[in-house]
Amino acid sequence: MSHIQALADAYRQGHHRVSAEVTTRLATIQHHDPTIQAFLSVQADLAMAHAQELDQRFQKGDTLPLLAGIPVAIKDNIHIKGRHTTCASKILASYTAPYDATVSGHLHAQGAIVMGKTNMDEFAMGSSTEQSAFQTTRNPRDVTRVPGGSSGGSAAAVAADMVVAALGSDTGGSIRQPAAFCGVVGLKPTYGRVSRYGLVAFASSLDQIGPLTHTVEDAAILLDAISGFDPMDSTSSNRPATRCYDGLRADIRGMRIGVPAELLGDTIDPAVKESVIAALDQLATHGASWEPFSMPALNAAVSTYYIIAPAEASSNLARFDGVRYGYRHPNGSTVKDMIATSRGHGFGDEVKRRIIIGTYVLSAGYYDAYYHQAQRVRRAISQQFQAAFATYDLIVTPTAPTTAFELGAHDRDPLGMYVADIATIPVNMAGLPAISIPCRPAPSGLPIGLQLIAPAFEEQRLLNAALLHQTLSMPTTQKEKP
Amino acid sequence: MVSPVIGIEIHAQLKTTTKLFCGCLTQFGDPPNTHVCPVCTGSPGALPVLNKQAVRYAIMAGLALNGRIQPVSVFARKNYFYPDLPKGYQISQYDRPIVLGGWVDIPSDGGLKRIGITRIHIEEDAGKLLHQGSDTIAGSSHSIVDLNRASTPLIEIVTEPDIRSASEARWVVERIRETLVHLGICDGNMEEGSLRADINVSIREDDTAPFGTRCEIKNVNSFRSIERAIHIEMSRQAALLAKGEAVIQQTRQYDEATQTTRTLRDKEESHDYRYFPDPDLTPLVIESSWIEAIKTALPEQAAHRRVRYKAVGLSDFETDVLLADPQACRYLDTVADAGIPHPIAAKWIVGDLNAHIKDRGHTFANSAVPPAYLVELLTAIMQGTLSGKLGKSVLSACFETGESPQQIIAKTGQTQVSDEGELSSMVGQICAQHPDVVAKVKAGKGGAIQFLMGQVMKETKGRANPDMVKGLLEAHLNTLNTPI
Repeated sequence: MSHIQALADAYRQGHHRVSAEVTTRLATIQHHDPTIQAFLSVQADLAMAHAQELDQRFQKGDTLPLLAGIPVAIKDNIHIKGRHTTCASKILASYTAPYDATVSGHLHAQGAIVMGKTNMDEFAMGSSTEQSAFQTTRNPRDVTRVPGGSSGGSAAAVAADMVVAALGSDTGGSIRQPAAFCGVVGLKPTYGRVSRYGLVAFASSLDQIGPLTHTVEDAAILLDAISGFDPMDSTSSNRPATRCYDGLRADIRGMRIGVPAELLGDTIDPAVKESVIAALDQLATHGASWEPFSMPALNAAVSTYYIIAPAEASSNLARFDGVRYGYRHPNGSTVKDMIATSRGHGFGDEVKRRIIIGTYVLSAGYYDAYYHQAQRVRRAISQQFQAAFATYDLIVTPTAPTTAFELGAHDRDPLGMYVADIATIPVNMAGLPAISIPCRPAPSGLPIGLQLIAPAFEEQRLLNAALLHQTLSMPTTQKEKP
Repeated sequence: MVSPVIGIEIHAQLKTTTKLFCGCLTQFGDPPNTHVCPVCTGSPGALPVLNKQAVRYAIMAGLALNGRIQPVSVFARKNYFYPDLPKGYQISQYDRPIVLGGWVDIPSDGGLKRIGITRIHIEEDAGKLLHQGSDTIAGSSHSIVDLNRASTPLIEIVTEPDIRSASEARWVVERIRETLVHLGICDGNMEEGSLRADINVSIREDDTAPFGTRCEIKNVNSFRSIERAIHIEMSRQAALLAKGEAVIQQTRQYDEATQTTRTLRDKEESHDYRYFPDPDLTPLVIESSWIEAIKTALPEQAAHRRVRYKAVGLSDFETDVLLADPQACRYLDTVADAGIPHPIAAKWIVGDLNAHIKDRGHTFANSAVPPAYLVELLTAIMQGTLSGKLGKSVLSACFETGESPQQIIAKTGQTQVSDEGELSSMVGQICAQHPDVVAKVKAGKGGAIQFLMGQVMKETKGRANPDMVKGLLEAHLNTLNTPI
């Protein structure tokens, strides 16, 4: 059931007004966000003005796009011209975006109402949103727990009904893992499917923007809205925007599903494992078949990721030097000093940790042993996915090994948090599309995410299978109509 | 006696309309930071898109310098912090450049010497720092960053260490500059920095000894300073070795004012640039059909032009002057195509025309005297209706007025008098007026005939055809049988 379609119909039939919708969402934000802290900034006035303008146009009977009047949130590493983009970092605390990200332009052109910018781990580095320099977002399902990350603000904003949908970015699982932790749908498109222009880069070869929504249909609508070739992004695929929403069929008959044994072993929480297997068995009763298989390269995925992503990040974040924009420490007596102290004070610990790792692995004498070797492993992971897709139509895994953990659980153990990305990281390494959808919750009541992975540019297959799963598990995921 | 081993890295600014990775104009001399955008100022989230014209120019350079264009090359990031480098890295090419191999021929002992080229790669330029209160960052109160130049396209051409003297080094830079300028892809202005050379110098006992430790000299920004800087650096290294000290691998800065080189940084201080492939750019794939199309459309190359000019009889001096300016070459070729022999056209173009153009701050492309005017002028001289001397004053008048030689000649009546009847009667009159001089000539004082010729010239205001006057005078004098 598409929440977006329901709202769009109501606007067009005159049952509902955009301004009423926005007022409700603002009230929800006002009521819940002091606890949840999903937003870094909310633009109530702009949202209301936009809503009123759209109401007038609906009244006049204008033909408007499907997204017109739909309240959305955008992760604070994606530019909206004239508004702050902080990346949840002190170094960009007062930075105003000089231009629109391509995706923001698409959403704006289609009439979506941006309610605000959401919290995240600083520069998208983290899996809990605890690395934000400004605030700690809480999981709406259990406020003692993290919402996941790094797109934790976007996931929480959707889960708490503050918005209908949100954009996040996913470098190693940053859309899918918070979607799993918060019990919503999170889609990471194929690398190159969605333009990265205007997304503040973390690791350029892995980053991809995607939607977080309540339903599979809504994920399809958002993907259709933001995808397509962008001449401003050289890594953008030369393909038109998707038309996945129109193509949705809840059908999985004849599909062969492979499940990597490496992601169904002892590292996975038993409750998560049971829920995933239950979901697979349910799909099997509707015409699909599944079996475990082995993808040995997955064992090296996390360590490989923590070479490639920091290497790219160390270079991508070099531009934050206090010279042209962003935080500049007042005490620098020389240029070198100014740059060093600005970065030293402007970046948080996790960001500095990764810059240092990345600088190290690219250094003369270490490049071959680390970065070059990591690229070879990355190719091996891609090849093993390719081989698997010769046999299977889809690969299914748990999205995360556990349910949402408690705030502060990994404070003294950053590496423990790194390992939690084992199921999502390989997908970014291979540039594939994947979706996390809620499956049967744990006995504790906490959400669990089922991850579906498809071959490159097969988002339609991914969404069709996800839609069937959603239909079968309707009682647990269907939300009340707004 | 020490013998140097020299290799050169040339950075040449490509004359593209827009920058290497964005649509900003590559225009210089405008107010600071007026040709900038999110991409070339390193705004977060901005991404590079490669300029195809820059790639075409790099391919042209590769072809003209006899290199192998690589079907796949890769852009890499060179990471270092400096306030004029907006992204904290320069996008360059590292282990997979666009061109490998090649050579350039330079004059040597009356023949040619072939200097190897290792590679050519594409990279972006940095911005410019304007230090306030000092020439260097160290002594300044503060510095201002101008990013108009940031991300303009460069090619770096790296030679093999095949160069064995300061004058060879100068020839290499001159010939490479000439090649790029004739391709129309670079201004080649060393003083303004559109062509910059870094020179690696080491010395050794003799030509068979192994290479010594090299130093890289930067800030060499004229042809003259190339030779000077190398001599100074050779002496410095020789003095060290004579004292029993070792040359340390360094980057050194040449100082034109003091005629010295000084340490910029030691090898230990040299940056670890942490090169890695730029993930924002896909590998650069070049189809062989594109290379062929570029090859077919290449303008005449400098080396070919040089051979051609020599073959039609131009002097080395004329050839060098002409080759320094491709517009002058095109001017010459246009004039020659209209039927004027190359040597005659070249003499005028290198001489009077060049002087006028320089004096007036014109160029050969926008000269007040276009090739068609020079053709008119030289045709008149070749037909004998205008003397060379008159031609010079007609040319001046053309520059003054912007009128064509025919218009000037018509206005001032400055055609040569070649009318036999007119000149013949004038000769008769002059001889009658100067019987004493005639007598001297008849007495065998041949030099006295010059006086009579001078009188005819005076009478015609210098317009008489001198050869004709001389013939007529001799004939007239023979008819006079003055008794002695």
